[in-house]
Amino acid sequence: MNPVQSQQDATRRDGSGAETDRPPLAVVGSQISQDEELFGRAFDPWVIKRFMAYLAPYKRQLLIGLGCVLAFTLTQLTLPLLVRATIDHALADGADDLSLLQIFVVAFLGVVVLNYAANHFMETLIGKTAQRLLFDLRRAMYAHLQVVSLSFMDRTEVGRLMSRLQGDVNALQEFLESSIFAIGDLVLLVGIVIVLLSLDPALGGLTLSVLPLLLLVRIIWLPLARKAFMRAREASSTTNAALAENVHGIRAIQELRREAVNFELFEEKARENLDAHLAASRYTNVMVPIVDTLTGSAMAIVILIGGSMVLDNTLDVGVMVAFLFYVQRFFDPIRSLTLQYSIMQRAMAAGQRIFEVMDVEVEVQDAPDAEDPAEIDGAIEFRDVTFGYERGNPILRNITFKVQPGETVALVGPTGSGKTSTTALVHRFYDVWEGEVLVGGRDVRAVTQDSLGRHIAMVLQEPFLFSATIEENIRYAKTGSTRAQVEDAATAVGAHDFIMRLENGYDTMLDQRGSNLSLGQRQLISFARALLADAKILVLDEATASIDSYTELEIQRALARLLKDRTAMVIAHRLATIRGADRIIVLEGGEIVEQGSHDALMASGGLYARLYRMNYASFDDIPADEVAKAIASGERET
Amino acid sequence: MAPAPDTAKRLDTQVDGAYSIDVSNVDATVLMRITAMAFRHRWRMSVAVLTTILGGLFQLMVPQYLGQAVDQAQGLLRDAAAGVSDQSAAESALLTSALLLLGAAILRGVFTMMHNYQGEAVGQLIGYRLRLDYYRQLQRLSLSWHDRVHTGDLMTRGILDIEGVRLWVDTGILRSVLLTVLIGGGAVVLFRNDPVLACVALSFVPIVGIRASIARLKLRDTWILMQDKMSELTNVMEENLGGIRVVRAFAAQAFELGRYDRISEEALTIASRRVRLFVLSTTQMTFVYFLAMGLTLWVGGAKVAAGEISLGQLTEALAFMLILQMPVRQIGWMINSIARASTCGGRLFNVIDLEPSIADKPGAGDLVLTEGVVRFENVDFSYPSWAKDDRTLAGIDLEARPGKMIGIVGPPGSGKTTIAQLLGRYYDVTGGRITVDGQDIRDVTLASLRDTVAIVQQEPFLFTASIDHNVAYGDPWAGRSSIERSAQTAQLHNYIKALPNDYETLVGERGVSLSGGQRQRLSIARAILPDAKLLVLDDSTAAIDAATERRIRESLKDYTKERGVIVIAHRLSSLMHADEIVFLEAGRIVERGDHDSLMAAGGRYAQLYELQARTGAEPKTGAEPKTGGAS
Ligand SMILES: Nc1ncnc2c1ncn2[C@@H]1O[C@H](COP(=O)(O)OP(=O)(O)OP(=O)(O)O)[C@@H](O)[C@H]1O
Ligand SMILES: Nc1ncnc2c1ncn2[C@@H]1O[C@H](COP(=O)(O)OP(=O)(O)OP(=O)(O)O)[C@@H](O)[C@H]1O
Ligand SMILES: [Mg+2]
Ligand SMILES: [Mg+2]
Repeated sequence: MNPVQSQQDATRRDGSGAETDRPPLAVVGSQISQDEELFGRAFDPWVIKRFMAYLAPYKRQLLIGLGCVLAFTLTQLTLPLLVRATIDHALADGADDLSLLQIFVVAFLGVVVLNYAANHFMETLIGKTAQRLLFDLRRAMYAHLQVVSLSFMDRTEVGRLMSRLQGDVNALQEFLESSIFAIGDLVLLVGIVIVLLSLDPALGGLTLSVLPLLLLVRIIWLPLARKAFMRAREASSTTNAALAENVHGIRAIQELRREAVNFELFEEKARENLDAHLAASRYTNVMVPIVDTLTGSAMAIVILIGGSMVLDNTLDVGVMVAFLFYVQRFFDPIRSLTLQYSIMQRAMAAGQRIFEVMDVEVEVQDAPDAEDPAEIDGAIEFRDVTFGYERGNPILRNITFKVQPGETVALVGPTGSGKTSTTALVHRFYDVWEGEVLVGGRDVRAVTQDSLGRHIAMVLQEPFLFSATIEENIRYAKTGSTRAQVEDAATAVGAHDFIMRLENGYDTMLDQRGSNLSLGQRQLISFARALLADAKILVLDEATASIDSYTELEIQRALARLLKDRTAMVIAHRLATIRGADRIIVLEGGEIVEQGSHDALMASGGLYARLYRMNYASFDDIPADEVAKAIASGERET
Repeated sequence: MAPAPDTAKRLDTQVDGAYSIDVSNVDATVLMRITAMAFRHRWRMSVAVLTTILGGLFQLMVPQYLGQAVDQAQGLLRDAAAGVSDQSAAESALLTSALLLLGAAILRGVFTMMHNYQGEAVGQLIGYRLRLDYYRQLQRLSLSWHDRVHTGDLMTRGILDIEGVRLWVDTGILRSVLLTVLIGGGAVVLFRNDPVLACVALSFVPIVGIRASIARLKLRDTWILMQDKMSELTNVMEENLGGIRVVRAFAAQAFELGRYDRISEEALTIASRRVRLFVLSTTQMTFVYFLAMGLTLWVGGAKVAAGEISLGQLTEALAFMLILQMPVRQIGWMINSIARASTCGGRLFNVIDLEPSIADKPGAGDLVLTEGVVRFENVDFSYPSWAKDDRTLAGIDLEARPGKMIGIVGPPGSGKTTIAQLLGRYYDVTGGRITVDGQDIRDVTLASLRDTVAIVQQEPFLFTASIDHNVAYGDPWAGRSSIERSAQTAQLHNYIKALPNDYETLVGERGVSLSGGQRQRLSIARAILPDAKLLVLDDSTAAIDAATERRIRESLKDYTKERGVIVIAHRLSSLMHADEIVFLEAGRIVERGDHDSLMAAGGRYAQLYELQARTGAEPKTGAEPKTGGAS
């Protein structure tokens, strides 16, 4: 073992051994700050207002539901009244008329049936509507994400969006489900107040006098509790972010042996999450004895005052019994509403985050009068284009070039010079800052994005495949195409052979991102996918970077046929790849430094010639004359 | 301890069963196991159960005092009518009742608070434990398992399923205790008062019980369906968002939304079914309960009329029933949460109980490095998910030693990446063996092995963190100078220095805001920072131009002097200086030797070379190698 190694080892072992020695450069979870400031209010008029818009389609259901709620509440209120009537009239001293009792009992049962019906309709209706509402919301959010600009998607992690699509929608679900009861409870609350006051205003007033106290307590409690809930919420989102990282980056984690360090850091987050939730729970639950004390006080008042009133003959015993029943029922909803406070607050925060996504501005949008050309001629033109991802930092500057229909143009340049960005502009993934990009003679901003999608097929630098069968992946661009067409496309890129060797051939299911194929195989499939799209313009961004030269050659042979009267933009670092190009555009640092045919560029001796020679110079031992020969053969070719 | 659910350990390589959700027959086991986890927090659980019982008892006292107060009031009334009232005695009796009631209410509140809090605390503690177990388990499970499961599904389990299990303590265990106390205690009180009335009042209990258990089973089925559907929906959404550029490139939004809608509709149907089931059971239970109340009123009324019981006793029976109204309603929630807990728990334990197929042997020692020679000896391998018995790699022999460089070329799918994966023991060989200084890599600890081998993956994953965090990912103790040195070697330093926040710049999930080449260079810097003995570069300069690549190679010279290097590449200029070049085809080595000997042999390598070195030339006639892997 060499000294460097052992020293390194020593530090590492030390670090994982002693907990105090935290690695300075270790974090888990996304390091983009969490958006906790959204959280805080339990009732946010803005969220409610936005929410209402989604309720609009369900007006009818809601009205019926509301009717049911009223009926339900009325029956709920009637039941104690019936008990009271039974006691006062049917069972009062002397009134031993059993038929009266029967009447009351029958009435009671009738009300119970009504209550059941109303309850059933109410809960089914509200429950189903709530579900539908949630799905609507999620759908709306998802649909919006399909159109928001890529610049937003670049900035935002998928995990973060997923937590809104799932976590926040779930928080709303919890809220809506429990609010089915809450609505009934709320109406009941009002109903009870009315009944109490009408049964006996004085006693009613006295009983309700405990309410202001409750209010006072809430006022003190609220700001404290809010802080605790905020902390809990933040803790869970950072914990989940760390979990997400562990799920997505597992390969890198195992490879770089970060398990122990990450686990330790995760444990800290999980511990904070635990503490924060316990603190929040303390705040929720401290309200329980307070509400119960107030309930007890109210009942004590009824007994004391009501009892003496009964004594003074100013109150029927039945009324007192009814009072006691009502008071008992009265505080149930208050208690559950208190417990619901955190659910409500979470729901508000969730609503806010959901609507925030829906409000993300769509920067790249079809113009109202955008054309939707059925056919285009395949010309591409950049006119003095300047573009960047962040303000003040242009990536492409004053790019001007034109690709004729049917021409194959290669983009070359050092890494990070802006090749991929250029192709992104052709498809209008982003809008240019200055100048214009024309496709088929029209400004890309004057046609629909759909038409661009139809006329431009791209092989992206990173071959992304979906977890579906190989066939489904290839026909992604043209879902209507036949199996034969799929096989043709696969054959053209030389993927047919390996696909047929798989156990299920074209029906082989791919794992997530196609990870059960090699990268080169994935690239071939994504190439086939683009070919099948049968578009006028083909953009190949390092489409053969992970493919060997033989296969590439096969592809090029096939392309020669396929590219007839199609326009192609090809990016490659392997200069052999672009030898078939009609013209070469050389980018450096976001500017076009030269363009022209291979010969012209070689003759001018600029960057291209240098890169080209470098490509061969790296074959150190190729003698100069061989390079010259190679160049000469290239000349013959073009 | 929790009863282990299964006898045999399930390895994470089992293609099915390892991951499919089959909780139908482990329902009870799962619940038992969660309950056992809860009772591991003995002290808290004792307090929780005790306070639940006490809270229930005090809640039961409330109707008693109410009944008492009513009787007193009525008694007073009667006495007053009879003119024998003792005003002050009567009032003090009322006062006593009122105070007792108040006291009972307060105590009940305090106990309920403690029960709620401890219940939630235990739930949170379980959640904490499960979260850690789950996290660690995900770290341990082998890549062949991770290949097969979808990240969206794993996230659903780690978030929603843990939540479902956590809630079980409060809504499941403690609530059933409370319900038992309320009904049981109430029954005792009622039976003492009047057995007939008690029977009538409690007549709803068995019906509700039966109804609840039927609903529970049905609900569990819908929960299983629902969780699966939601996972599916998550997967669709996650893939769509991850591959948003592809979606946009092909204007496939409509298609994607269609796919989403299909699954979403199905999920909605299930969700609606669940609502229906749930509502039906809760409302029916409430209905039966109210019926029983009506009966109580009737029978009790008749009894009062007949003078068998007092009005107060009837009030008490009714008040008792009133107390049960909330719990009866909550039975619905309870069974829902039981169903949920068993489903969620099943899904979680399914992952947690897996045995990683790649793990340290018991008693495995650290790798002892002497020379640093890595050897493949007649290695065979096939991926576990390929059912056919053909091999991804067959009969591979290789030797890498410090100061030497091996180049691997071959068509896509020929098994190059697989060789790199085997080196880090991400998969185990199915035949032959891999040794480091004579030690089979399966006999040493994974940690020491992976410290020895640094791999730059073909598709690097970058973390959402600053550049220096990313570079130092493998050695978070690294100082700034070594980070910069690595970045310099990877030819990235100048670019980073030009960024507004240089090394503190955040890079994205898969590094979207870096260009392809920048991403690759960052992952090279990351791999060479920790001091490994063997460096594997898996096609990691494909997106880098020749000039930059050359500079990287130059600056790596120092680094590679005392280390073994394996370079996988398609561009021959990247590996033609290797001491040995291996041409891989369909998992077999078809040619090997150094550049000169391979050129002299005039085989595939020579053809490939000519193809790349000469522009516009067709390859010479001869066997054209096939692309593809296993055959
Ligand atoms: N989505 C993005 N947000 C912010 N910056 C970006 C984004 N994509 C690329 N960049 C930056 O723009 C510059 C040009 O990137 P681009 O991907 O166009 O390079 P490239 O020429 O394709 O390079 P390579 O050959 O390495 O793929 C780089 O400096 C990169 O960091
Ligand atoms: N995780 C996996 N599960 C199942 N099969 C796999 C997996 N990864 C690769 N394969 C298969 O194993 C074979 C070898 O793949 P490997 O990734 O080693 O190829 P490669 O030589 O690196 O190719 P490339 O040049 O495209 O990167 C291929 O046929 C591939 O489909
Ligand atoms: Mg690029
Ligand atoms: Mg590979």
